[in-house]
Amino acid sequence: MAVFLNRETRVLCQGMTGWAGTYHVARMMEYGTQVVGGVTPGKGGRSHLNLPVYERVAEARRETGANASIVFVPPANAAAAMIEAIEAEMPLVVTVTERVPTLDMVRVRAALKGGRTTLVGANSQGILVPGVGKLGVMATGSERPGGVGIISRSASLTSEVVAQVTAAGLGQSTTIGVGGDPIHGIGMRECLEFLLDDADTEGVVLIGEIGGTEEEEVAEYLAGTPASKPVVALIVGREAPLERRMGHAGALTLRGKGDAAGKIKALEAAGVRVAASAHLVGETIRQALAERG
Amino acid sequence: MRIHEFQAKHLLARYGLTAPEGSVAITAREAGEIAQRLGGPVVVKAQIHAGGRARAGGIRRAETAAAAQAAAGERFGKTLVTAQTGPAGQVVRRVLVERALPTRRELHLALLVDSTSGEVMLIGSERGGADIEEQAARGELHIRELRLGTGNEARVQDVAEFVATLGLEGTLHQQGCALVDGLRRAFVELDASLIEINPLAITEDGRLVALDAKMTLDDNALFRHPELAALRDEDDTSAAELQAQRHQLNYVQLDGDIGMVANGAGLGLATLDMVVAAKGRPANFMDIRTTAKSLDIAHGFGLLLDNPATRAILINVHGGGMQACDTIAEGLGIALRRTGRSLPLVVRLAGNNADFGRSRLQNFGCAVIDCPDMWTAATKAVALAQRGA
Repeated sequence: MAVFLNRETRVLCQGMTGWAGTYHVARMMEYGTQVVGGVTPGKGGRSHLNLPVYERVAEARRETGANASIVFVPPANAAAAMIEAIEAEMPLVVTVTERVPTLDMVRVRAALKGGRTTLVGANSQGILVPGVGKLGVMATGSERPGGVGIISRSASLTSEVVAQVTAAGLGQSTTIGVGGDPIHGIGMRECLEFLLDDADTEGVVLIGEIGGTEEEEVAEYLAGTPASKPVVALIVGREAPLERRMGHAGALTLRGKGDAAGKIKALEAAGVRVAASAHLVGETIRQALAERG
Repeated sequence: MRIHEFQAKHLLARYGLTAPEGSVAITAREAGEIAQRLGGPVVVKAQIHAGGRARAGGIRRAETAAAAQAAAGERFGKTLVTAQTGPAGQVVRRVLVERALPTRRELHLALLVDSTSGEVMLIGSERGGADIEEQAARGELHIRELRLGTGNEARVQDVAEFVATLGLEGTLHQQGCALVDGLRRAFVELDASLIEINPLAITEDGRLVALDAKMTLDDNALFRHPELAALRDEDDTSAAELQAQRHQLNYVQLDGDIGMVANGAGLGLATLDMVVAAKGRPANFMDIRTTAKSLDIAHGFGLLLDNPATRAILINVHGGGMQACDTIAEGLGIALRRTGRSLPLVVRLAGNNADFGRSRLQNFGCAVIDCPDMWTAATKAVALAQRGA
């Protein structure tokens, strides 16, 4: 069984009636994901994409038996949508919305405490389990079922690495985008623990970048609990001028941490094989798995 | 969004922050007049969006109004390069003239969002000043931390203990607690990402006074603070970077000769790394956000074509669910029809609508060097840029 998403997952979409929600829910259903309804306040009782639309998440969850939600709600209301899903005890929430205010995400993180929800994102491309389903906005076509789990902070690099892994003759068990913002739900370390425990996953690729401390936290975890499976990492931003912010808000270097050299050193010390360049990730995981036998 | 010291002090005064008496000047004469009015020694401080000013000579003490005027005159219009500005530096257009206060001790106090806990965090130390980063790197500085949750309220007892660890007692302790509470409210109400008071001075007459204040506001929250958006000072942002922001692009000017475009920040950083690994020099970093339309993207390519240093352009796209290859190809086609310049164009298109993207480029009549993978593309672009040199 893959991580987070399987054939029994029943998906609700918050913000389904908007452009992005409509487009991506249709793509998700084409891929075989079981979408059971949508939530848009003010549009309850209607039908959209032949699915029922509800006013509130709790009601939708009761009526449809949904156990996962994907959020396309615009930034100003995205936190309220996530908190509503958390209060409705939705087991899994994936938020695609970009540019959610940071302090709103701080409030969402507080709402998660002691609750039953796993949050992926915001600013995440979502979760893909090849051949089973997708809960996200990633393009499909290069993926194929297999044993490589991928954890990433970047959507476009994930697509690239998926294609490389397939080209290396392997496939993917689950790909997870933790999101590109500094404050988000599930982190890289927790994702890694899930993938290391997953029977379908034979090895893990971690796609990190400058800024933040998540890669260091992974290294710290693996230093204490050596991985039972090969773990390969790519850290991008080695050549980025440190004082400049490059695209991702999470790539803001503060408190002297977060440069690429430090992350690479920490990961290598913890037994992670770091790919020498972004174009070598597929080959690096292929070798690591082959050596393991 | 960074704001200037004088703007931060002004905003935070409403939340109980005390700063030395002073005012902003945009001419040397005005700086002299402010010093005259204050009487006695003053400090003349260049207002730029970067730290490290004291070391770089951006902060000068002046004993008289005439000296203040002279110090300001030497600064105006000049580029100040500090450890945090990058080599290009920033031009000084304003100075803050403040009364110089005799102090007993300097502390450091800051609020930020801690990415590990996901909480608002208060940090502070008993010592502050210009060399605090070096002190911290040498392990000589004891940095205290206090997590404040969402920042909506703080436990009075925790704050009192935190303030006591900074060595503040009696009425200074009371002032410290009030200041922390005010800064916490400001942080939440104004959607700040960083508030840093360094140094926070204890004056000879027993007051806590902010000698400096740095503040960064969350760009993603400015929609609910239209009054704060007006504090934006774009003087230190290049025209190219401003235009990019308006067109859903992240653009950073660099000093090489290979114009570079990718979709997504992660792939952009990877492309930058590969160009350098192939011994090339990137002219810029540019990533196309998922919300950019083909006309936005055309503006982005226009920026690369307008940069006289650019000798080759490298386009590395892995089309995703939100930004497909054909949209980017169309943007390139439009930009090439608008420009009179002809540069080698190395293109690598993969993922969503890659074939459609290639046929769009053909339809536009774009002569591109099509590469099957990104390392081939990076090495090709480097070779072509060197040939053009």
